[in-house]
Amino acid sequence: MSKQYETVIGLEVHVELATKTKIFCSCSTEFGGAPNTHTCPVCTGMPGSLPVLNKQVVEYAIAVGLATNCTITQNCKFDRKNYFYPDNPQNYQISQLYLPICRNGSVEIETEEGKKSIGIHEIHMEEDAGKLIHDDWDDCSLVDFNRSGVPLIEIVSEPDMRSAEEVIAYLEKLRMIIQYLGASDCKLNEGSMRADVNLSVRELGAEEFGTRTEMKNLNSFKAIARAIESERERQIDLLESGEEVIQETRRWDDTKEYSYAMRSKEDAQDYRYFPDPDLVPVVISDEWLEEVRKRQPELRDEKMARYAKEYEIPEYDISIITSSKHLADIFEETVAICNNPKKVSNWLMVETMRLLKEHDMEPEDIRFSPANLAKLIELAESKVINSSVAKEVFEKVFDEDINPEEYVEKHGLKAVNDEGALRATIEKIVEANPQSVEDYRNGKKKAIGFLVGQTMKEMKGKADPGMINQILTDILEG
Amino acid sequence: MDLLSLTAVELSKKIKAKEVTVIEATKAVLNQIDKIEDKINSYVTVDKEGAIKRAEEVQKLIDDGSLTGPLAGVPVAIKDNMCTSGMLTTCSSKILENFYPTYTAEAVLNLEKAGVVIIGKTNMDEFAMGSTTETSAYGPTRNPWNTEHVPGGSSGGSCSAVSANECFFALGSDTGGSIRQPSSFCGVTGIKPTYGTVSRYGLIAYGSSLDQIGPVAKDVTDCATILETIASYDKKDSTSVAREDYNFTEALVDDVTGMKIGIPKDYFGEGLEPEVKEAVLAAAKELEKKGAIIEEFDLGLVDYAIPAYYVIAAAEASSNLARFDGVKYGYRSEDYNGLHNMYKKTRSEGFGPEVKRRIMLGSFVLSSGYYDAYYLKALRTKALIKQEFDKAFEKYDVILGPAAPTTAPKIGDSLSDPIKMYLGDIYTISVNLAGLPGISVPCGVDSKGLPIGLQLIGDCFKEKNIIRAAYAFEQTRSYTGPFDK
Repeated sequence: MSKQYETVIGLEVHVELATKTKIFCSCSTEFGGAPNTHTCPVCTGMPGSLPVLNKQVVEYAIAVGLATNCTITQNCKFDRKNYFYPDNPQNYQISQLYLPICRNGSVEIETEEGKKSIGIHEIHMEEDAGKLIHDDWDDCSLVDFNRSGVPLIEIVSEPDMRSAEEVIAYLEKLRMIIQYLGASDCKLNEGSMRADVNLSVRELGAEEFGTRTEMKNLNSFKAIARAIESERERQIDLLESGEEVIQETRRWDDTKEYSYAMRSKEDAQDYRYFPDPDLVPVVISDEWLEEVRKRQPELRDEKMARYAKEYEIPEYDISIITSSKHLADIFEETVAICNNPKKVSNWLMVETMRLLKEHDMEPEDIRFSPANLAKLIELAESKVINSSVAKEVFEKVFDEDINPEEYVEKHGLKAVNDEGALRATIEKIVEANPQSVEDYRNGKKKAIGFLVGQTMKEMKGKADPGMINQILTDILEG
Repeated sequence: MDLLSLTAVELSKKIKAKEVTVIEATKAVLNQIDKIEDKINSYVTVDKEGAIKRAEEVQKLIDDGSLTGPLAGVPVAIKDNMCTSGMLTTCSSKILENFYPTYTAEAVLNLEKAGVVIIGKTNMDEFAMGSTTETSAYGPTRNPWNTEHVPGGSSGGSCSAVSANECFFALGSDTGGSIRQPSSFCGVTGIKPTYGTVSRYGLIAYGSSLDQIGPVAKDVTDCATILETIASYDKKDSTSVAREDYNFTEALVDDVTGMKIGIPKDYFGEGLEPEVKEAVLAAAKELEKKGAIIEEFDLGLVDYAIPAYYVIAAAEASSNLARFDGVKYGYRSEDYNGLHNMYKKTRSEGFGPEVKRRIMLGSFVLSSGYYDAYYLKALRTKALIKQEFDKAFEKYDVILGPAAPTTAPKIGDSLSDPIKMYLGDIYTISVNLAGLPGISVPCGVDSKGLPIGLQLIGDCFKEKNIIRAAYAFEQTRSYTGPFDK
């Protein structure tokens, strides 16, 4: 390749909002009900039914807009996007085209190349469609309207990204902001966050953008990275061989690592957008806006700065703990009880992370209570239990959220801190293992490990290893 | 006593006084239907069994004192574009030939709570698109005054049913005059309320920003009483308005002293039949005699109302009617090849020509490149028309004019020339564009013996002004329907 190319990427990100009910009716948004059980005349497009806007959707959209430095459109409207498809019961989707709720925002991302601001063109509210199920057996299609009317926001970025790395940093940033706001759980694999990638290439230094394509069906960060790389290469190959890139929508097949054209601009539909006459304009008063602004939780960047000041824990710990709002909440609540930030951080950073990985879980899935973690830390710090028992008990806390005090009591796991009793046991072990004692005295200091192990075994794991070490050394050196 | 000649309020009084039973009244109506429905075709569906059963229930509720309202026990008809749970609701279209709603429209629920007996569903222009009730897939309705003439439309079935005593009152819907114009043609009284007064929940939409449900009845008293019953603030309809005052019957007072009534000169120009003009101006004279101050004035933009209306209503309709696609309910073509073909055949076979014309018109004005030139311009025109009315209502309490330029045309005369039919809506359409209330009251008959309607228009939320004026005028004339002459 002789020429140098630059990749230009913009993203359209759909996020399913965490409201309890749908955007235009009071049906549940809960995932996984039997087909067509979370439905009513409104979300199945029955004749004569009318939409009524769920206020919570507006509040979430405002919250995301404020957190991404957008201007809030205080008099916004819903429009109808007209197209025929069986998953869309009215054959129009209620969305926003002319007056979206948020405009002109930005978020700051950080990659190895440093910090960069990514522009947000707009955020608009809309309804999700139903789900089509193709029944090959009966050669027919069935529609499940449970998802029909689940609220979405679509976040449209400016074409400000230049690499897969930046795209992923941007998505991570959005996800973090939205999770912190509690507006969505943003799971790509479950579809509560969906990203379409608009990509074009141009010669380095060129002013004009190249012709872009839109890539759909990207279900993980890895798929997004692979799709970007593949599409970049495809477009460059076309240009290098003197062909043109066609403006089209393509579908990514991650198992084949290949995309294919879905529809080109020529057969792009005319959606005949117009303001939905069934809905009145959404007027967001200064007071309402201020209320939402006041309720905005502390976002990650602010939290990180505060942790550094307040808790004096390492930057690395802070970045891991704040990478999940849920984890950060557990951290803060536990510290509030036991007042030992470093220890809480350690338990979360080491044991919690290990168990999450082992169980293939996300920090969001943690179910233990801060109170029980705090109790465990207190037991360990006051040497009521030794460190290996503490780890064992923590696993129980992690799995079942047991009360460590009761558990230790019930299973007799308290450390034996009676020096006399311990010394007696050690003397017995020393006597029974003359070879190890001799090895030690001949300079093989490692032999003490075996003796410690034997003592611990005898004590059923309840002794304090530090104390064993000390007594043993006394005896062996003495 | 001729039961059928009673008004709804009179009938309910007699029922509560135990002079008549609900079953007697219901059976009288059903007999009348048996007698003349062949000639008139007011109904798409008559639910005889359901009506009798309901009449028995209502009678019990009246007897035990739980139903005491002014409409308790009255047999009524509902336009076939309002959902009635478990009762066929077709919009007079083939595409809904088998549609049984799972719920009942809010306005109809309000009536049911008041203890009415629903006789059936009335014929209409298909999806309320038309001014003659000839575009129905279930055959045209005929005018009870002269069955060679149309009853008007689109609520033609509701108006003919009231006029022919096939019910005591009916609900209609009005998007561009669909209550007032057929009321005028059938010699009955109908109100189109201020937009937002009656819930649209369960009304199968034609032009959502213009549609309003309203009463069609034998006199002004009935109309005010029915409106009071069906009007409500409904959270299920975002365009519903919580009004300060729902007490419409308070305005049933024979006193217009000092009331300022404006007559728009623009409503008395070309196209208006001289006999209609004469009757309407005579009605104005009657009000003047009673102490109203009558004045002529210029109402601007009258010529722009029809084009603006047909752009807005068609645009909304093209989207509102998209849901009738053969997937979920209603008619589906029997023979098709794949999804796209199923859509195409279902809609080609299911919709009639007038509906298709408006869907195409609406799709065109919304398509990219034309949206600004047609749809946005029409919306701006709508706003300007509202301003013209605002100016007029600074000076007048009521605007008076004809409901339609002619009396009922002959069957078959209108469909051949849709533009002419559209022009017939000239006096009613701007009221919908401006969201105002309007009433049509019979004010005479022409030389052919066909009724003429007087239209009174009020400012938003000022139904009481037009009810008062209509009531006062009503006292000066004797009501003559086609069957009690």
